[in-house]
Parts: sequence; C-alpha cells; structure tokens
Amino acid sequence: MAIRRILIANRGEIAARIIRTCRALHIETVLAVSEADRDSVPAGLADRTVCIGPARASESYLNAAIIVQAALGTQVDAVHPGYGFLSERAVLAQLCEARGLVFIGPTAAQLEMVSDKVRARSEAERAGIPVAPGATVATLDEAIAAAREIGTPLLVKAVGGGGGRGMKRVDRLEDLPAAMALAAAEAQAGFGDPRVFLERFIPSARHVEVQIFGDGTGNVVQMGERDCSVQRRYQKLLEESPAPGLSDSCRRGLHEAAVRFSQRLSYRGAGTVEFLVDQQSDAFFFLEMNARIQVEHPVTEAVTGIDLIGEQIAVAGGSGLSFAQSEIRCGGHAMECRVNAEDPAKHFAPSPGMAHVAIWPSGAGIRVDTHIASGSRVPPFYDSLLGKVIAHGPDRKTALARLRSAIAAVRIVGVQTNVSFHAMLLADPEFQAGGVDTGFVERLLEGRHSIAEVRRG
Amino acid sequence: MTLTAADVAEILRLVEGSSFDEFSLELDGLKLNFKRNADGSGLGQQTAGAALPPAERAAPLERAPLKREPPLDPPAAVAAADPNVHHVHAPMLGTFYRAPKPGEPPYVAVGDMVEKDTIVGIIEVMKLMNTVRAQVNGAVAEILVADGAFVEYGEVLLRVVKSD
Repeated sequence: MAIRRILIANRGEIAARIIRTCRALHIETVLAVSEADRDSVPAGLADRTVCIGPARASESYLNAAIIVQAALGTQVDAVHPGYGFLSERAVLAQLCEARGLVFIGPTAAQLEMVSDKVRARSEAERAGIPVAPGATVATLDEAIAAAREIGTPLLVKAVGGGGGRGMKRVDRLEDLPAAMALAAAEAQAGFGDPRVFLERFIPSARHVEVQIFGDGTGNVVQMGERDCSVQRRYQKLLEESPAPGLSDSCRRGLHEAAVRFSQRLSYRGAGTVEFLVDQQSDAFFFLEMNARIQVEHPVTEAVTGIDLIGEQIAVAGGSGLSFAQSEIRCGGHAMECRVNAEDPAKHFAPSPGMAHVAIWPSGAGIRVDTHIASGSRVPPFYDSLLGKVIAHGPDRKTALARLRSAIAAVRIVGVQTNVSFHAMLLADPEFQAGGVDTGFVERLLEGRHSIAEVRRG
Repeated sequence: MTLTAADVAEILRLVEGSSFDEFSLELDGLKLNFKRNADGSGLGQQTAGAALPPAERAAPLERAPLKREPPLDPPAAVAAADPNVHHVHAPMLGTFYRAPKPGEPPYVAVGDMVEKDTIVGIIEVMKLMNTVRAQVNGAVAEILVADGAFVEYGEVLLRVVKSD
C-alpha cells in the first residue's frame, strides 16, 4: 500500500530525522507528543502534532493503546516507532497489525523472537554463528555449575534485556549469588522478566555491528559494519564505519553471519546484528539483534549514500528493497559523536534544563541530527541525547579531522554536555590509531583522573 | 427506563457512601460499572464494560485534512480566563462521546447543572470506555467538542461556570 501519512511515535532527534525523510517523500507527518514536548523543534516540523499524554513516558510514549488510538484518530496509514520506547515491543506491532495499520518495522513475531536473548542465541547457533560460551540457568545451583564450566570473568545477563541494560559482571565465583539476585531483580523491574543467563566475558573485545535490511520474504542485504567500541557503561558514545583494522576475513565473516541470521527469520525492515570481536584471536561472537533503526544509522548513510528511513518506509509499504547487494557501495569513512546533556565532571550525570544557546557546526562532510535549537528545553523525563555530529571523508584521517573541528565548534549554553569528553577522545593517540576495545573509555577517564590528581597534588 | 445524568450522580453518591467496592447496574442495554480506587480513596475513573457502546459510527470515507479545524462552537460563550470558569480537560487521548450510546440523550447539555461527580462524557481508547466528570459544581456553559470527535490529551472538552 502507498503510505501517505505516518504517525511518529517518538521524540527528540529521531522524530526530526523521520520527518525530514517524510517531507522528501511527500508523506504527511503526525507527531505524537507528550505534554513536555508540545513546543519541541520536531513538533514545529511535523504537519500535525497530537498530544498523547503527560510527560511521564509510561503514560505517553510507552502506552501502546494510546499510540494506536492516536494513529486511528488521525487516520494515518503507518506508525514509525523510531528507536527506544515501543520500537521493539511486540505489543505495538501486534496492535497495529490488528487495526490495519502498517508498523514500520519487523513483524510482531520477529520482535518477540529477537527480544528474547536466549532464543536469539540459539537461533544464531542454528545458523552456524559462534556465540560466546554461556548457559541458561533457572536456579542458583545450576548457575554455579554452569559458571564453573564457563569460567570467570563472566556476565549475568537478562533474557529480556538489551543495549547493556540488565547486565552484571562477575570476576570471582563467590560473587555469583549476589550478582544473580541483583540481575534478576533488575531484569524483573526493567523488562518484567526475571530470567537471566550466563555468558563468558571477553576482555579486550570490540563491539562491531552489521546493518542489514530484509524485505520480509527472505531477501536480506547488508550495508557494512559499524564499530561501536567507544562505550561508557555499555552506552555508545562514538561510532564509525568501516571498523578500523579488521582483517578481511573477519569483516566478511561478520557480514555473512548477519545476513544468514536475518535470512533465517525472513526478517523485514532495518535491523542490526551485534557481535563481539576478540582482538587476540580475530574471532567473533553473536551478541544480539536490534530490530529497529539505530541511533548511529547516519554513519551507514554517510558511507552508503542510502536513506535508511526512506528504505524502511519502502519496505513497510510493500515495495521491497530498492537495491540489490551488488548495488551497495561503501565509500570513505564516517564517524559520529553522540552529544549528550551529561556532565563529565560529575560522572556524566544527566543535566536537563534549558539550552539557551545551541550552535551546531556545519561544513564539508559534516551532518548534524538534532532537535535542540537555541531556547530548546531538555526535559528530565527522557534520555539525554541532544544531537549527533557526523563527519564523512574519503578516509578515516580526514573524517576524524573534520569531526574534531566540528566538535570544537559545538556551542551549547544552559545545560552541561559531554562535548569536552569528545574533544579529548578525538585527540587521544590510541583512538586516533584506531581499533580500540570496549574498555578504552574507562581507561581514558581513569588516566585523565589520575593526571588531575597529580596536578592537584 | 433510562438513566439521566442526575440519576447516575445519585447512584454514585449512594455507592460512595456505602461500604461496597464495586457496583454494577444493567438496564435496557445500559450497563454501569463502578469500581473504587485500589487505595479505597473513593470512586475513581471507572471503566465500563463492553455493554457501553463502542464506536459504531462509520469511519468517514474521505480522510480528514491534517490541519486542525477551528472549534465547532461559536466564539467562547464564557471568558476562558475567568477564574469562575472550570475547564474540563480530556484526561486521555481518544474518541469523545457525549451520550452513553448513539441516539440517546447526551449526558449533559449547555445550561445543565452539574456536580463534581456528574459524568459529562466518555472517552473511548481501544474499546475501553473512560468517564469524564465535571469536577466542580456549577452549570455547563459551553461544550467545545462534538460527539464522536477525536480528542487529544488535555484538550478542553467543556466549560463549567462554578456555583460555589
């Protein structure tokens, strides 16, 4: 069906991003807003807004019945869930399917499958994709037995978790009972599912993910990988494509594994298959699949020239993929910094408030995705992402140099930001060399801390 | 026999004063269900069961244009900023109905006296009916939303001139 009007069930920069593509495609947009977002920049960009509830997300952006009612009331053809909120909850996809609305994403059944990490793991194994040694455990006795076999360090992970939430690291076996109890309680509170499983922790690993697209009938293409190893407490801060310094065989292996996994599901729409790459052995392990558009999608857009949101809409509307694998070319290098309202001096505590001044960079190879302009409010109810600065260039060195000058030109007054952290990161020789692991940010911050101590002392 | 808004208000008062936590009444196809709040603080927003009519109104064939239409009613009969005027806001997004079912008299009309607990309309969200109450004692001065209209969270549904 031709999609002519879309309800966007999200906020922030991704709402603005979706509206931009819809405009180019002459699709009308209805933006669902909470009371806190009535005057946001995306609200001004949409053809219409519809207030779905109070600021608290559980009563607005996370209420699937209200979202679908809003879609019916504004007579849209399709619902775009963005990322986060309801984007990977089968309930919204189900309600849309039941009420004749197109859900711009995978099927409800696919969402259910990939959101269960244990099911996703066994599906990966069946597809012949390596997974880190691990086990599902129902009781503490089982866990202790399994942990002896897996060895430490290991991770206790929530079956219903994702994106680093509901995860505990265990370095000594005697700490396992406490970690199990904590992880189960957090998993219950966060995902309504207390089940946990164990997985070996791979030190000095890189986090590399592959962007895939499926048409829902078994055709799947990949658009290269993104390296997201620059993380703090499992939250990504910087992403780049291609991943620097991977061996050709590893890179090819990742791409093929991601396609194989998605083909088995006859996956529909945009998805990302995440892997850990072990630096030492050049081996990789399946982590999870993210069944949505991702925050870092512009990195892939920069190197492929493909509008991923436009492609999502095309697939959802039934017109299939607009290109074959052989038509996808990755050119140059792209890098993205996530600018958050967080105070690096206070352990990255969120810093909501009013951005009295917000000046974003521009220039050759620079793209900024944001919903923050001078005078924008940063409400305390949602995540702290203010915008993303993306640089593209013919090679990594050029992209990095462009990103450094762009980051230096960001000027935000009124809320604290992590821009100074990004400036430090981009200037770091180890990062500049490329191929850092997921422990890099922690080491970088520790180093800076000790330098500060020395100076004070 | 049909129930008037005053009857409903009277029933509510009786239930409120009673020791019952739940009350249900069925007459002529109309079904009322009241449930006390979990904390026992009194009658809360109740959800009526399937016997209250879901939207049977046919969907319009032509898709409505996206721009918001001006309010249906003539210019405000009462000053919106008047402190004696209470605005009844939609407690949730959904479809607003002025009457318990199509063809029946509306819960309230302009000029009607209402009390705090008087039901002034219902909002349907995915087949669940939620009542909207006057919240103040007074007289209905203005009804801003048509029967069957889609309303947003917080939209002003009607205005009541307070009597106390």
